[in-house]
Amino acid sequence: MADLRTEAGPRAGAWAAYRSILRSRVRAQAGYRVSFATDIAATVLTGLAELTEVYVIFHNTPRLGGLNFDAALLVFALANLTFAAADLFLGHCDRLPTYVREGRIDVFYLRPLSLLGQLMTSEVSLRRLGRITVAVVVLAIALVRNEVAPTPVTMGMLALAIVAGTVLLGGLFVAVAGLQFWLVDGREFANAFTYGGAYAAQQSSLVFPDPVRIFFTFVVPAAFTAYLPTLVILGLPGGDFADPALAWWLPVAAAWVWLVALVTWRFGVRHYQGAGG
Amino acid sequence: MFVRGDLRTYGLLARAGFRRQATYRLALAAGIVTNSVFGVIRGSILVGAVAGAGTAVSGYDARAVSSYAWWGQVLLGSVAMWGWSEIADRVRTGDIAADLLRPLPVPAVYLAADLGRATLALLVRGVPMLAIGAAFSGVTFAAGPLEWALGILSIALAVTVGFLGNYLVNCTAFWLVEIRGVMLAYSIAATLLAGLYVPVHWFPGWLQAVAAATPFPSLVQTPIDLLSGHAAGPAAWRLLAIQCGWILLLAVAAHLATAAGRRRLEVQGG
Repeated sequence: MADLRTEAGPRAGAWAAYRSILRSRVRAQAGYRVSFATDIAATVLTGLAELTEVYVIFHNTPRLGGLNFDAALLVFALANLTFAAADLFLGHCDRLPTYVREGRIDVFYLRPLSLLGQLMTSEVSLRRLGRITVAVVVLAIALVRNEVAPTPVTMGMLALAIVAGTVLLGGLFVAVAGLQFWLVDGREFANAFTYGGAYAAQQSSLVFPDPVRIFFTFVVPAAFTAYLPTLVILGLPGGDFADPALAWWLPVAAAWVWLVALVTWRFGVRHYQGAGG
Repeated sequence: MFVRGDLRTYGLLARAGFRRQATYRLALAAGIVTNSVFGVIRGSILVGAVAGAGTAVSGYDARAVSSYAWWGQVLLGSVAMWGWSEIADRVRTGDIAADLLRPLPVPAVYLAADLGRATLALLVRGVPMLAIGAAFSGVTFAAGPLEWALGILSIALAVTVGFLGNYLVNCTAFWLVEIRGVMLAYSIAATLLAGLYVPVHWFPGWLQAVAAATPFPSLVQTPIDLLSGHAAGPAAWRLLAIQCGWILLLAVAAHLATAAGRRRLEVQGG
């Protein structure tokens, strides 16, 4: 690492180090072919099981929270795509308690790289590609079935939802990782925000009672990743605290999550005392 | 005398399973918060579906279906669906040899500990979930003391079915180096077909037939039907009989798998 620094300055050195860490992570997973194939199959199955759930619901009702089956498919696809992508890059952050317990976090403190940068690059869950594939296929089906016209508004919203939505959910993982410095034994608490947020994001916001909808729109802004963009793409009216115009505030919602993430992370890192040893 | 001594041993094992979990208080609080969030989301989806369809779906009105969602959250901590790999890990490390040497059948030993764990989970995770669900959206209960007793019995049977299913998954470790794939496939099928997300009664006909051919509805759908008062009288007894049938079948399979695994096992070193 010392050579890298003298060669190209500290910034470039850090990037090169992160790049080689990431490359090694990718190689490590691709090495065990059978294990990797099993993991991919499992995430594909998880995606299909969740899709079955949506199908079973609409087998019993024509509408859920103001959406028909086709519209719900679009919400499902966007929510799954953004969550699986965020999970691929940052999902391992909620394993911080394990790193703390095993003393791996102490190693991070010793290296001349940012702690958060190291945590973020310490793993890439390539198995999530299975779930991303399911989401992309469902997204294509949903766009066709809803007869979405490729206008600047629909395509712009779609692109914004996928990119900023992924950034937003990735921020949730980091925010929760910061909390984990306090919650070592209470790691399941984190799931309420990350997996709970992702589950809420898959639904029409209108199924929730007002306080819950406000929570998942303005506190943990899960509704911004799929439901609100769908309203814009399909030209649907929405409802109270679920105005389609809100969807364009998605970058602000993502920035809010990352602000919280950086604050909890900063306090978490200062709070950490070491696991002894 | 011999049988009484055995029972005492199982009782002690169950107590150890109970106390092992009781140590992690913060984890318990975190579990309750997380389960509540999921309860609110699940309940809202099911109630939204009933509202979209009219007033009721397959015999569930809004109140019945939100109660279904919360009872599911109550059972979640006790009935194993996501799987554990304790026995598979012991097979890999060779520690299983010590279990095989004991004068008690391996599945029974672990089942006793699991029943202890499940009892604690029910008391400290399940009961608070029930209170939160009742406060949030109202929960329906079994009608009388007999129905309650049958409901609680069906939880114990569901825990046993869940344990035996997971035990069999763990037994594949005698033959496979890595059982994560089997475990994942099992838990995906179990959570879907148990009716954790959507009641099995809501499934389309073909999927109901698939579910009925597996032990999974015995894990969640059956205890909820009994505890929430959805099934009573002869229907309740029939559901309990189905649970017992699965336990019998899975117990025989667990016994055979353990015996076959014992012959297959080769522990290195010493």
